[in-house]
Amino acid sequence: MFGLHKQLERKSLALALGIVVAASIGGFVEIAPLFTIHQTVEDAPDMRVYTPLELAGRNIYIREGCYACHSQMIRTLRDEVERYGPYSLAVESKYDHPMLWGSKRTGPDLARVGAKYSDAWHVAHLDNPRAVVPESVMPAYRWLLRKDLRIDRLGDYLSAQRVVGVPYTDAMIANAEHDAYGQAAPDSAYAEGVTKRYGEATTIRVFDGQPGRLTEMDALVAYLQILGRLTDAAHKPAFAGRQ
Amino acid sequence: MGQLTVAERQAGIMILVGMAVLGFVMAVAGADNALGVHGAWILVAAVVGVFLMLDRYLDPPPNETRLSEYYDDPAKAGVVFAMMWAVIGMGFGLWIASLLAWPELNFDLEWTSFGRIRPIHTTGIIFGFGGNALIATSYYVMQRTCRARLQDPLAAWFVLLGYNLFCVLATTGYAMGSTQSKEYAEPEWYTDIWLVVVWVVYFVVYLRTLARRKEPHIYVANWYYMAFILVVAMLHIVNNLAVPVSWGSDKSYSLFAGVQDALTEWWYGHNAVAFFLTSGFLGMMYYFLPVRAGRPIYSYRMSIISFWGITFMYMWVGSHHLHYTALPQWVQTLGMTFSIILLVPSWASAANALLTLNGAWHKVRDDATLRFMMVAAVFYGITTFEGSFLAIRSVNSLSHYTDWTVGHVHAGALGWVAMISFGSIYAMVPWIWKRERMYSPGLIEAHFWLALAGTVVYVVAMWNSGIIQGLMWRTYNDSGTLTYSFVESLVAMHPYYIARAFGGLLFLTGALLGCLNIYLTVTRLPLTEAVSSRPPLDCEAAVGALQAAE
Amino acid sequence: MISFIDHGAVVWFAKTVGLIYLLVMAIAALVYALWPSKKAEFDAAANAILSNEERP
Repeated sequence: MFGLHKQLERKSLALALGIVVAASIGGFVEIAPLFTIHQTVEDAPDMRVYTPLELAGRNIYIREGCYACHSQMIRTLRDEVERYGPYSLAVESKYDHPMLWGSKRTGPDLARVGAKYSDAWHVAHLDNPRAVVPESVMPAYRWLLRKDLRIDRLGDYLSAQRVVGVPYTDAMIANAEHDAYGQAAPDSAYAEGVTKRYGEATTIRVFDGQPGRLTEMDALVAYLQILGRLTDAAHKPAFAGRQ
Repeated sequence: MGQLTVAERQAGIMILVGMAVLGFVMAVAGADNALGVHGAWILVAAVVGVFLMLDRYLDPPPNETRLSEYYDDPAKAGVVFAMMWAVIGMGFGLWIASLLAWPELNFDLEWTSFGRIRPIHTTGIIFGFGGNALIATSYYVMQRTCRARLQDPLAAWFVLLGYNLFCVLATTGYAMGSTQSKEYAEPEWYTDIWLVVVWVVYFVVYLRTLARRKEPHIYVANWYYMAFILVVAMLHIVNNLAVPVSWGSDKSYSLFAGVQDALTEWWYGHNAVAFFLTSGFLGMMYYFLPVRAGRPIYSYRMSIISFWGITFMYMWVGSHHLHYTALPQWVQTLGMTFSIILLVPSWASAANALLTLNGAWHKVRDDATLRFMMVAAVFYGITTFEGSFLAIRSVNSLSHYTDWTVGHVHAGALGWVAMISFGSIYAMVPWIWKRERMYSPGLIEAHFWLALAGTVVYVVAMWNSGIIQGLMWRTYNDSGTLTYSFVESLVAMHPYYIARAFGGLLFLTGALLGCLNIYLTVTRLPLTEAVSSRPPLDCEAAVGALQAAE
Repeated sequence: MISFIDHGAVVWFAKTVGLIYLLVMAIAALVYALWPSKKAEFDAAANAILSNEERP
């Protein structure tokens, strides 16, 4: 009896093994080579990481599920390049854990929305999209201006990002809270540290128009304003000319 | 409870106590985020569960005669869960469809904004409705095809209840803003780990029942169910590799970034379609359609060939979601090629199902349950053709990012997945509850026409809006600039979004009728001898069965 | 990451081994499904689900 059981067991296990073997090859062939892709694709030595405030904004973008309606991936098609800007390069999302390329454009692509509109426009639009674009079907995110941004955990967030491969330094992690505060408070003592750690080009502004308060709106607008601007690799002639 | 032995009752209580402790730890560690809220819920639910079990702990132990019967209690609960999730998932679908037509319908609440409830809809339908329907039917099918009683009642309950816990954690997490933002893999890390635990137990339950089967050959429906269980486990684990921010945080960051993450995500995403929404439901079809029609499957050999074709080839096609992106071109081409070849095994399956009905078309005409399955097979054929078509690069350049994709997905989800599930559930409910038939054939008939009309309205609306959208985005005027602004394309969508919501309303109404019918069947119809409840065989087919037996 | 493996080599391996894999799998599945002596087993399986035994 036991012997029979064993044999039957073996047949179903063989079936299970067959399924796994048949099903795993496609993934190996297509995905595995991508982990050596950095040898062949463009590199962007000038690329910087997200500041703590931008990362917090990205967390809000993720929390609200913006990917459901907005892509961040401009394809290599003429109309897309003319509508949204130079097509997206692989290198531009190399620090994106997870990537937010999206799959649906109920709203427009956001890969290069950074610096396209003013902060005030974004604030008004996020607070009530139909006040700015009457035909819009985007939800109003009224709570972003009301809610203070939580920055006490930002060090942990940066550490976790470093574990998955984003090159945050010890100083960046140690100063995450201060840097988040400083980026939205240009007059404060913390603003200087942001420039020191993340570069001269980093935007330091009162994003939400409310000086003295750090809201979720500050973070989300800071994130939107950096989209497509972590590196200017895509604007270089070598890529801009190739279609 | 009456069916559990004393040892199983003890083990069940131990598991619940363990869950309570786990819930407590989560509640304390994640006191300021969704992790803690979920921990508190688990704690309360587990404590209530312990009391419920203790209350009936001293019930007389089950007698030995139970072992000569199939064990269908978890399948019954699975049907109830599936119908509940159908209403929840379709209800949220209707809501988000309405939001796109009338955006103020979120009532300015944080948790009701489109981005948060859209994954509640997708998870509610795919995992809640589809998953429960698959678990319930697989419990039924594995026992009948193996002629063996479900081996581990407690484990079967653990899988079913644990799986529904997963669905609850996932959907409520989104409302609280806890999500990975990876499409169809939104649940956060702790919910993902919980699903792995449940899934491993599910696989063991399946293998142990298979090991007790009376016949050497494993019926092909079980192959499909096995592929569903195994490959979904593979996909789920790889795509959800992530590093939590801390042990007390619900937030995590995916291990992969950028282009690797994108391909992993769509390798997962498309194969969730393949192995969750196709393979598992084909298992359903290969059992319930022949049985309901009273005829053996047209070609058993074809079902095996298409099984291996689907299992092997689906895994390559995910990259067709990333045409013209930063993904290397050869990967895109490979994905496109396999997407087209995939049509062969897909159509073989659809044709196999329809050819099985040759000689039973009078039943299709009279029996709405069988008609559900027939239409499902037709939609399966249509959707797989459309899928291969949309995977062609030049077509994809138009369709991608538009509502066409949404229409395609719903042709599959409404036309194939939901129809085959409703058909199988209507067939199975009288069998497992031991009733003569469903309470009202008229209600099934009404459900069928509502479902079909809803699907057609939905899909046609989305085809129209998707193609219009895609064309407007790429239209140039005489001076060589883009003709339409994005907002103009959005305005053009408005009537189709209303039509889509209406289609969804029809489909949801049908599902509600289904719930009513099942409720009436269980409460109003008398118990009967189960043997007579199965449909009679065709004479011709019965002769074939006799010959095979000799 | 795995920098000692060159991208070209990985892609070459993926493409050749993948092709052989595809052919071997397809032939194996076809041989199994079409093996003449299997017919009786398959017919029995296809018909077995139709019998009305409501007992294990």
